[in-house]
Order: sequence, then C-alpha cells, then structure tokens
Amino acid sequence: MAYNERVVDHYENPRNVGSLDKSDEGVGTGLVGAPACGDVMKLQIQVSPDGIIEDAKFKTFGCGSAIASSSLVTEWVKGKTLDEAIEIKNTHIAEHLALPPVKIHCSVLAEDAIKAAVADYRAKHVGVSGDANAEHAETVDAAE
Amino acid sequence: MVENVTGANINLPIYLDYQATTPLDPRVLEVMMPYLTDNFGNPHSRSHSFGWEAEEGVEKAREQVASLIGANPKEIVFTSGATESNNLAIKGVGEFYKDRRNHIITVVTEHKCVLDTCRHLEQEGFRITYLPVQKNGLLDLDKLREAISDETVLVSVMAVNNEIGVIQPIAEIGAICREHGAFFHTDAAQAVGKIPLDVNEMNIDLMSISGHKLYGPKGIGVLYVRRKPRVRLKAMINGGGQERGMRSGTLAPMLCVGIGEACAIAQKDMGSDNERIRSLSNRLAKGLEDTLPDIFLNGDAEQRYPGNINYSFAFVEGESLMMGIKDLAVSSGSACTSSSLEPSYVLRAIGVEEDLAHTSLRIGIGRFTTEAEIDYSVATLKAHVSKLREMSPLWEMAQEGIDIKSIEWSDH
Amino acid sequence: MTKIGIYLDYNASAPMEEAVANAVRDVALQGGNPSSVHRFGNVARRAIEDAREKVASFAAARPSEVVFTSGGTESNNLAIGGSGRETVFVSAVEHDSVLAPAADKSLRCEIIAVDTNGVVDTGALDQMLTAAKSPALVSVMFANNETGVIQPVKKIAEIAHSHGALFHCDAVQAAGRLSLDELSGADLISLSAHKLGGPMGVGALIVRHDSLKARIVGGGQERGRRAGTENGPGIAGFGVAAEIASTHEKATEINDLRDNLEARLTAIGGFIFGDGAVRIGNTSCVSMPRVAAETQVIAFDLDGIAISVGAACSSGKVGASHVLAAMGVAVDDAETAIRVSLGHQTTSAQIDQFIDSWTILRLRTGDAARSAA
Repeated sequence: MAYNERVVDHYENPRNVGSLDKSDEGVGTGLVGAPACGDVMKLQIQVSPDGIIEDAKFKTFGCGSAIASSSLVTEWVKGKTLDEAIEIKNTHIAEHLALPPVKIHCSVLAEDAIKAAVADYRAKHVGVSGDANAEHAETVDAAE
Repeated sequence: MVENVTGANINLPIYLDYQATTPLDPRVLEVMMPYLTDNFGNPHSRSHSFGWEAEEGVEKAREQVASLIGANPKEIVFTSGATESNNLAIKGVGEFYKDRRNHIITVVTEHKCVLDTCRHLEQEGFRITYLPVQKNGLLDLDKLREAISDETVLVSVMAVNNEIGVIQPIAEIGAICREHGAFFHTDAAQAVGKIPLDVNEMNIDLMSISGHKLYGPKGIGVLYVRRKPRVRLKAMINGGGQERGMRSGTLAPMLCVGIGEACAIAQKDMGSDNERIRSLSNRLAKGLEDTLPDIFLNGDAEQRYPGNINYSFAFVEGESLMMGIKDLAVSSGSACTSSSLEPSYVLRAIGVEEDLAHTSLRIGIGRFTTEAEIDYSVATLKAHVSKLREMSPLWEMAQEGIDIKSIEWSDH
Repeated sequence: MTKIGIYLDYNASAPMEEAVANAVRDVALQGGNPSSVHRFGNVARRAIEDAREKVASFAAARPSEVVFTSGGTESNNLAIGGSGRETVFVSAVEHDSVLAPAADKSLRCEIIAVDTNGVVDTGALDQMLTAAKSPALVSVMFANNETGVIQPVKKIAEIAHSHGALFHCDAVQAAGRLSLDELSGADLISLSAHKLGGPMGVGALIVRHDSLKARIVGGGQERGRRAGTENGPGIAGFGVAAEIASTHEKATEINDLRDNLEARLTAIGGFIFGDGAVRIGNTSCVSMPRVAAETQVIAFDLDGIAISVGAACSSGKVGASHVLAAMGVAVDDAETAIRVSLGHQTTSAQIDQFIDSWTILRLRTGDAARSAA
C-alpha cells in the first residue's frame, strides 16, 4: 500500500504527541474509537480563559492514517476558538492527507475526537459559558 | 547486538514472509533453466524427442515429489498450485462419492480455499462440520471422534497452519479417519519439505502441495491421491486426459522439474535447514521477549513449525507497526487477505481478543534468513513497538492501571 | 541432450524467445507473493499487472477482462463450466478441453456440425439456437489445432447474440496467427501462452460476461474469478510473448513457406485436409495415402524431424482424429494424416528437408506396398 507523503511525514514525525492533565479545568479530553476496531484516538485541548485553544496533544492507537489524522488536527485546532475547531470536517482532513476510501474512517474519527474534546471542555464549564450542548461528555467516553 | 547489526552486511528490506511465498532456490532455477530455452517440447507429444525429453523431466520430478512424502510416483497429480489441489481434493472426492456419503469435516482455521470449497459444497447439499480448535490452535481429537461417522466421506485438516504455524496431529487424525472409512485430506502447503510427512505412516489419502512454498516455482502444485485403497475423484479440469484423467491440461515441464528439484533439496536438507531455522527462531523470540513486555506468541509454543512466528504486540496497531518496520517484509495476516482490514479469522478462532488480533504480525523465517537479519529485525521491532506504545492511549491507560476492557467503547 | 533437428510441431508448443525467457527468469528471481502488501509483494504485483495490460492489448480487451489461468485447458473448462448457461452448443471440431466439460452431465450439450472442410454450419447453429429452450452458450474455436481451418467467428457471434446466447471462442491456436480484433463479439476467449511463444503453465480467459462463476475458489485472486497465488513469472513471460506475437499477426513468411510446402506435397501425391477453407498460415494437415501416420512419425523422427499426429494431448491415444471424422474423412484416410505446423524459426531449408524425407518415405513405402500386393 502506498501512503501519501503527508501521511508518512505525520507518521514519522508526529506533532504534539503526549498528554495534558485531564483533571485541569482548562483541558478538554476526547477519547474516541475502540480497540476492537483497531483505532483509538485521544485528543486533548488546552483552552484559554477567553476560549482559544492554546495547546493540543494526542495519542493514537491505529494505522498510519489514523496517527496522521490525529497529528494533523492537533496542528489545526491550535489558535482556534471552540466553535471554529468543531467546524473542522473529516473531508478536509481526508483531502489534506489524500486518504484512500478505506481510510476515510480515520478522518471521521479525528473529527469526532475534536468534537468530543470540545464537548468535554464545555461540560466542565456548563453554566459558565451557557453552553448546553455537552450532555454526553465524560473524561473517558467513547463519543460518537 | 548493535555491533552485529551495524557490522553485518544485510540487504534491505529483509524478507520475513516465507509463508506467503518462498524465494526460488538458485539450485531449483538451475534445473529449470534448460526448459526455458532448449527443452521447449510438449511432454505429451509422443511423436518426437522434443516431447520425450520433456516427458522424462516430468517423470523424474514425479519421483522426486513422491519420494519426499513416501508415495508412489503414480499417486502424484500435478496441478497449478495448492489452491487448485485443495479444490480438487475436496470437491472432487465429495462429488464422486456424494451418493454414498455426503458429510465432510474440516476445521475453522483451514486456509480460505478449503473453507470456500466446503461452503460451495454446502450449497450443493453436503453437510459440513467445521470443528473448532483449542486456544493453542490445535484440534481436539475428541471433537473429531464425536463428529465423524459412517456418513463422513472426507476429513480435511491442514498439517501446518499458514498464519500461526501450529502442527496438527496428522498421524492421529489419519488413524481416526481410517477407522471410520473416511478419506483424509491434508493441506500440506506449509508443511511439505519443512516437517517429515509420510503418507503411509500417517494414513493420508490426499495431500496438497505447493511449489512456491518450498523454494520451488509458482504456478505448480501437487495433489497426492492414494491408489491403495484407491481414492477416486471427479476431475475439475477435463479434456486431454493428462494426469490419468484427474487433471487435464498440458503439463509445464519447467515447472514440474522445478517442484521436483525443490522436493529433492528439501529431502536432503530438511534436517540442517530446520536446525538453523529453529535456532534463528529462538534467537528472535528471545530477543523480543527479553526486551518487550506484553507480547504474546499465538498458537502452541511447542507443537509448531519454528519458521512461522506470530506475535501480538499489545497496545500497538499492526498496520502502523508494518508501516514503521518497512525494512522488514512481514505479514499482518495471510497474504490473500492482508489487504482487508478485518482481523484474521484464525486468530479469532483461537480466542485472541480483537484488540490483540489487530496487533499481530507473522514473522516467517526460512532457508535464506541470516542471524544478522534476525538481529536487525529484533532491533527494528523493539524500536518501533516502543515508539508506537509511547503514542498509544491504550498503553498509557495500561501503565496507569486502567483495564481497557472496563471502558465502554463505542462502535464505529 | 542438445537437439539437432527440425521442429515442425509449433501447434503443440512453440519455443520461447530470449526476451520471454528472460522475463520469466527475472520475475522468478524477484520473488514475492503479489497479494502481500510489502515491497516484495508490490514488485510481484506490478509484474502481473504490466503483463495483464500487454495481454489485454494483444487480445483487444480491457485489463479487467483478463483472468489468468494455468493454460488453455483450464480456460476452456472455466468458460464452459463457469458461464452459468446450462444449454451448450459446441462445434464438432473443438478441442477435447471444450468437448469434455461440455459433456458434463450437469449441462445439456449439442454438437454443431461442420462441412467437409471443417467449417461450422452457421445455418444449423441458427436453427439450434431458435429451438433452444433456455439461453445458451455457443463455443466455437477461432482456428482448428489440427487443420488450421478458421471459423466464421464474427458471424457466429452475431447469430449467438441475436438469440441471447453467449459466445465462447477457443483462440488458443489462432492467437499470434490471426488478429484477435475479429473476436470483439466474443464474451469469453481462451488463450494459452505456450502456443504463442510464452511459457507453459499459463493461459488466460478473456471475460466480458459479468457473472462468470469461479471454478477454483478461495483467496479471491483475479477478482474472485480464479483463486490461487498467481504464477507471476509465467504471467510476465506471457505478457512479453503477447507483445512479440502481436507483431507477428501479419507476417506472411510462414504462410508462404507453408503454401510452398503444400504445393510441393500435392504435386507428389500428398493430400491436404481442409484446404477448401480459409486456414491459418502455419498449419498443414497432410495425408500420405495408404501410409499409416504412425509409420510416418517414426520415419520423420529418425530423420530428425518433429511432427505430430493430431493434437499433442491425444498423440498417445489410439484412434483417428475426431476433427477429420467430423469432416467426413474415412477412417482409413484419416489414419494417414499428420500435422505439420510451422513457426518463426522455420526456414525454407528445413522445408526442403521435410519434402526430401516425405518423398523418400513415400517411395519406400510405395515400393513396399506394391511388392506386398
């Protein structure tokens, strides 16, 4: 199987691998996928008090395309507001990495990871931001 | 260790996929070469020396194959490969005897072409029993004894499994089949030339052999068909009457002499080959197990062909590992299915949890593998497994003491 | 053993050109299973797909229509047994590898008659198809292996299709000698590599029919139409041979040699079967009156000339050719027929030697016949 060079680059030099303190009030954690399906992504965002994503970290169990997709979105979400971040669509990711059809699910998972991380952050701040769109957020949750 | 790696001269990528196909032995190629140029005759041409010489080569090859498995040359039917042999054995015997007996027994971990052929016969009204295997990949003989009856026409059990290398108790299965008057077919594509097999001692009635799995050419295989007591079968390819009517079509002398020579070399070198392969296999296992925690050998640790090693590297996904270790040509499943994303049905059958099944690699060691290649492979695997684990959320959880099975994962 | 001799049995098998042999060897040395995802697998896959394109182009087909098999016999069996049609019409002069699977008891098979030249009676075929109760498969070869007689395949395809039938054409002997563009109307076409200068043990079935049912299953190779690890080296050789052969289709040298041979033979008492029909340019089915073919074969062999009696696979069989019988040739005459088939290495000097041997044998046996009488 031939991989796109961007996939290879992210796989070989993954950006922002690591973990943030999930109990930190400013951190949102998204954990999506399932080991039995061969992909699990953990995406964490560090959000500033004014709602800007200042940092992002990931860990991924999955194929090269899954690793590349999650590495890529850590770069993309940085500097964005939460609303901007959840506008990132799997199609953008798939297009940027030239994912073949059998790998589209990796980009879907990355999109889900962003949403889950944002939802987790928002759940921690229910009432603070008035955001009610966070009912299914939990630190360790496989969001869908 | 590192000096070994850097000091030795190795060609990359390293071939570690001996179950998918073996490299052609140069000694085999040498015997084939004249048939690429001068000896171009059709072995069925009875009217001139071009044909006779080709025929001579074919008949010598037949003897070489027969000798390796303790058969009579007249019991050797050349085919295009083990897939055809397996199809012919199961479909051919099934259809010939269907009015008398219509039950076939096989095992869930058989090669796809055995299972697909059985499914095909099932649609035609045969009763097929797919026996499970134990956690070590071996067949429980009591299960076979329970399933076999006087309606059973054929039992098909492979000798060495292509994915996990376990060796089934062939002689015992043969004895049980003989007792019940059922024919015993074994897909020995991964076994012939690697472990000693004797069709008479083991009561084998039909045996499939592949040329390119024993350092011979692709495009040729053999079906051994017992003459006493006689096994009859309905041919799948007709017209011409070659191979005593069991398989028509012009024989390719170049391919026949190739598989013949491959068998002769295997017969001569099996002992020394196996000693080397066992030592390399042990070296690999020790190298990995000493340095990497949470790796699991799939299939029985003892009852196995040492050149086939299947490990699950927990918390690391197999495809990403393959991508990292691109200097090692290994397989994450059997060659025919490895482009699909499904985890192997063989690993599932031996009870490997799906998450572990996704993390498994088959490492094939063979006649041309060197110690330096093994050392390089161990170092490469160690580096990439460690790197990917550092990146793995599952590994992180495991280190934190979280049982990943306690988490409710979503399906996607 | 080095062979010194004259090979005039190209219809049984043709020697490989150097480029073909090199391709076989090179791919054999590369190794790798084409289904493997690593580099060795990719290299093996590429060799096969390159060859698939070459064979497709040679056969005026699309690469996706090419199903590689172990040879012409398997291709014919796959076409007949895998077409899904239970009513099968085959010509009386087909190769055994068409006749045998057509005679399987799961099928209803009828034989299409041929005329005295061995050409299919298209009127009879039309009537048979009209009377058929279910959609049929028609199987007629492009050129006959024993006589070289060419069938009106375009017309047969039209007739078949006008009745909703499928048309299978065994083009094993025609490939490399006739342009396969003629077969644009065939739904299934059988090819054999070694008859056109490729290696033995490889062939193809061109499949333009959606629902071909695989005969060898398990593994999913060839898009599920033929399972088993591909014979990469053989397929690569096939590709190169096909490429070379496409340059041969219009070659007239062989045709000229054969016509010269026949003109001289008939002048000295030889009789050519099927010469009232259009034939491929390399084949002669020739009778030496009253001299048993077996006698001729032995005599030619002693002179170092390789020819055959009928088809190679039945060379060892007793009994006259079913092809000649279908043409209405009496058994006594049919038993005096040999097949002489020429190829690209054939020279006019070799033809001269063949004529010399033939003449001497005829004189000798003629004397023997007279003195016995």
